[in-house]
Amino acid sequence: MTITLVQPTGPAHTRIYAYGAARGELTVPNEDLVGPIDSSDEWIRQRTGIVTRMRAIPETTAIDLAADAAAEAIARSGIDPQQIDAVIVATVTNPRQTPSVSAIVADRVGANPAAAYDVNAACAGFSYGVAQADALIRGGLAHYAVVVGAEKLSDVIDPTDRSISFLLGDGAGAVVIGPSDTPGIGPTIWGSDGSKADAVTMNHTLTEFRDGKAPWPTLRQEGPTVFRWAVWEMVKVARQALEAAGVQASDLAAFVPHQANMRIIDEFAKQLKLPDSVVIGRDIETTGNTSAASIPLATHRLLEEHPELSGGLALQIGFGAGLVFGAQVIVLP
Amino acid sequence: MAFTTDEVLAGLAELITDETGISADEVALEKSFTDDLDIDSISMMTIVVNAEEKFGVTIPDDEVKNLKTVGDAVTFITSNQA
Repeated sequence: MTITLVQPTGPAHTRIYAYGAARGELTVPNEDLVGPIDSSDEWIRQRTGIVTRMRAIPETTAIDLAADAAAEAIARSGIDPQQIDAVIVATVTNPRQTPSVSAIVADRVGANPAAAYDVNAACAGFSYGVAQADALIRGGLAHYAVVVGAEKLSDVIDPTDRSISFLLGDGAGAVVIGPSDTPGIGPTIWGSDGSKADAVTMNHTLTEFRDGKAPWPTLRQEGPTVFRWAVWEMVKVARQALEAAGVQASDLAAFVPHQANMRIIDEFAKQLKLPDSVVIGRDIETTGNTSAASIPLATHRLLEEHPELSGGLALQIGFGAGLVFGAQVIVLP
Repeated sequence: MAFTTDEVLAGLAELITDETGISADEVALEKSFTDDLDIDSISMMTIVVNAEEKFGVTIPDDEVKNLKTVGDAVTFITSNQA
């Protein structure tokens, strides 16, 4: 006799229920960083739009930041943590290769024994996580999912580096995603270009460090190359995400690009021809670039400062080391 | 249609003015983008992308760092036109 296997199916739609945020405890002004890079507050502001960045104290880990952000998102969602059966943490700064950040976060927030895994997609990690949570729920593999972007980038900076270190901050942003009666997460446009792996990269490997052949690995980027790709290539991806969702730029309430650099955000918005009515996430000015955490942190701030955005559409796009990218239109909770 | 050196210089000056506010009169062949015109790497890339579109040329990332002066850019564009 033939046995027909059971395959799960889930609800037709999903949405983001709530956001949570955690930033490093320390406010680090440009003045604190300019010495070793022979620079000035004005130089950093002009090239990045950053006035201060938030960094964590040594005792605070990416896990702590992730758990705090996830706990806030869960509390705001009204969902019992025990109903959460998937926890996805996007990070590139877990100083321990294993265990994952996500398993510990799931336990700390009361979601043990949820499925838990980390995603290494750098600054696109949060968009990747949202794509996966949406698919897991609609595929019937999870009922409620927590997605976190969490980074302690201050562990991988070099104070003398003029390419990226002075941009970076520490933080975590989280969302709870669950079933919805109406579409709340549009199609994800995502991908990679490993031919540009050297454009944003750690400058050494851990084994080189172990063998005394290199200093502690820190992040580097080819700024102009990344800028060109992040604006003119990513604008195409953003337009695809809008088109796939059946949305015009003028339908958006908010635009939340990865908070890489204010110059990228400004040029991106210009190329997208966003109407003035679209509120743009600019959390980078006081938080810095927090890689996977930057999109949910910026959205969390937008919702705090502009509660009227609730129920509106937001285009979010992450892009970074890999190179990798991911974009989708979401309904703001 | 190929652009002449004068046309490329005038077009480039327009793009530089749009991006930086520098007067087109200041844009001359011998001027250094960084030392004379104080154009940073991000503005330079914006000008490069706009120049590609305006003149129908491709200026690879690796080539951009060789374009030290306005004259370097004009020469590259005029000699790489389709």
